[in-house]
Amino acid sequence: MSVIAPAKAISRPPLPDRRWTRSRLTGHLLMALWAILGAALAAFLLLNYDQAFYDRYTPKFFNGLIVTLQIVFLSIVLGALISLPVTLGRLSRNPLAGVPAYCFVYFFRGTPLIAQTFLVYYGAGQFRAELETVNLWWFFRDAFNCVIFTFSLNTAAYQAEILRGAIQNVAKGQREAGESLGLPKWLIFWKIILPQALIVALRPYGNEIVLMIKGSAIASIVTVYDLMGETRRAFSRTFDFQTYIWAAIIYLVMVEILRRLWDVLEARLTRHLERDRDAANDEPNEPGKPAGAEREPGEPPAGPVGVLR
Amino acid sequence: MDEALTLLSFGEQGWGDTIARGVLITVSLALASLPIGLVIGFFVALGKNSKEPSLRHAANIYTTIFRGLPELLTLFIVFYGGQIMVRQVAGFFVENPQIEINSFVAGMIALSVVFSSYASEAFLSALKAIPQGQYEAGNALGLTRNRTMLLVILPQLIRLTLPALSNLWLILLKDTALISVIGLPDILREAGIAARVTKEPFLFFGTACMLFLVLAILSSVVLSWIDRWTRRGDAAR
Repeated sequence: MSVIAPAKAISRPPLPDRRWTRSRLTGHLLMALWAILGAALAAFLLLNYDQAFYDRYTPKFFNGLIVTLQIVFLSIVLGALISLPVTLGRLSRNPLAGVPAYCFVYFFRGTPLIAQTFLVYYGAGQFRAELETVNLWWFFRDAFNCVIFTFSLNTAAYQAEILRGAIQNVAKGQREAGESLGLPKWLIFWKIILPQALIVALRPYGNEIVLMIKGSAIASIVTVYDLMGETRRAFSRTFDFQTYIWAAIIYLVMVEILRRLWDVLEARLTRHLERDRDAANDEPNEPGKPAGAEREPGEPPAGPVGVLR
Repeated sequence: MDEALTLLSFGEQGWGDTIARGVLITVSLALASLPIGLVIGFFVALGKNSKEPSLRHAANIYTTIFRGLPELLTLFIVFYGGQIMVRQVAGFFVENPQIEINSFVAGMIALSVVFSSYASEAFLSALKAIPQGQYEAGNALGLTRNRTMLLVILPQLIRLTLPALSNLWLILLKDTALISVIGLPDILREAGIAARVTKEPFLFFGTACMLFLVLAILSSVVLSWIDRWTRRGDAAR
């Protein structure tokens, strides 16, 4: 029984056969490789399934995850606060403010986070007597506090550079326009420069949080039981490689959620730039395809947010 | 002050030579990972830039995984996972093999994988910045696709990616410090040993930080020299 095509259907010439080019073959082979790897991992997890292991370690992993999130949240927020004076110092023309800010940023960006953490955690022990006299020893005695202290300073240096770059990126005319309207300096900064700078800084800030999530694993080395710390402890007791696989999955999911969240946030905060975005999406190398042709009305535009990347 | 200098000096009294050996290991680890990471990153970028969707997906999965994992975790997975895998494979041939993976090799693999996933992004944006006409011009001159890539595209790519790659090199240099955790005697581990023996952690970890800073400054000098070299054609314009 044959199906009769409706009369309205437009008859098109048949599409040319897609040939098995070398790149197509490689692509399919590589995808097959990923699929096999994924299946092997799943099989590994299933074959080594052990209810006792999950009963024992799921709550521990959960606690570790909470500690990781605490470290990231506290460091990012404290770092943002510390970064404000540093940014002001970097932007200032006064060398008394500029040089210390520059040195601060250079030190924390130029040395490994793990070395900084060691310097604070082990170094503080050496100054125990001095710290006790100023009543700060209780703070540095705890590894968690040392980690928060180091990570906040570290991310402050990076955030200061992000903020400085974004502020300097705002066109000079914007400030001049504000001045010509007779607005006071702080108002120009607060209402004109900062909102535009923050949009530019949004994506680097997201990257910085991702870096912090990844960097927080370092806390496990100075005996903080974050997600990585719990993983290491579980592995050292069971020698079961599942622990690392689960940790990897949790970290990947965390980073991926943050990335998606950031994409939504960015789309939301730049919706007033929509028209520019469409213009930027008119890719000249795709003729015959009008901008946004495949898009349903009301659906956000596909593809990269043109103005920002 | 004198005491600190004695501790840092070379020879019997000090830890200078031990730490200097650590510097050598840090630098050689970073230098060994760099070319592997660059080559993998370049091919991953070619995959991402391909017209073939399956190739793009395969390349994107690679970067998503290795940019999302903490470097420390990647390192542990390579080190312990590699150990388990090698033992399994060797188990087919000998009873109960006792093989240890070299921490230098494990570090090299982990660092170059992480470096390549970031480098691929840099290469990709540079590849997109090179106009189609360059490929067509190569084609018009009768160059094969590989020759076009090597003689026309790659030189421009180096110049376009250099700023991003310089940044990645500095990150790579800092990431080598993580390898001390799996026992490679690099700057940080030697400093840690010295700190434990002498009970002067602040001095030695401070020295380690300063050494990393010096390495970063030296790299910036070399990189700016390379940058000037790649731009020597610009002056004529």
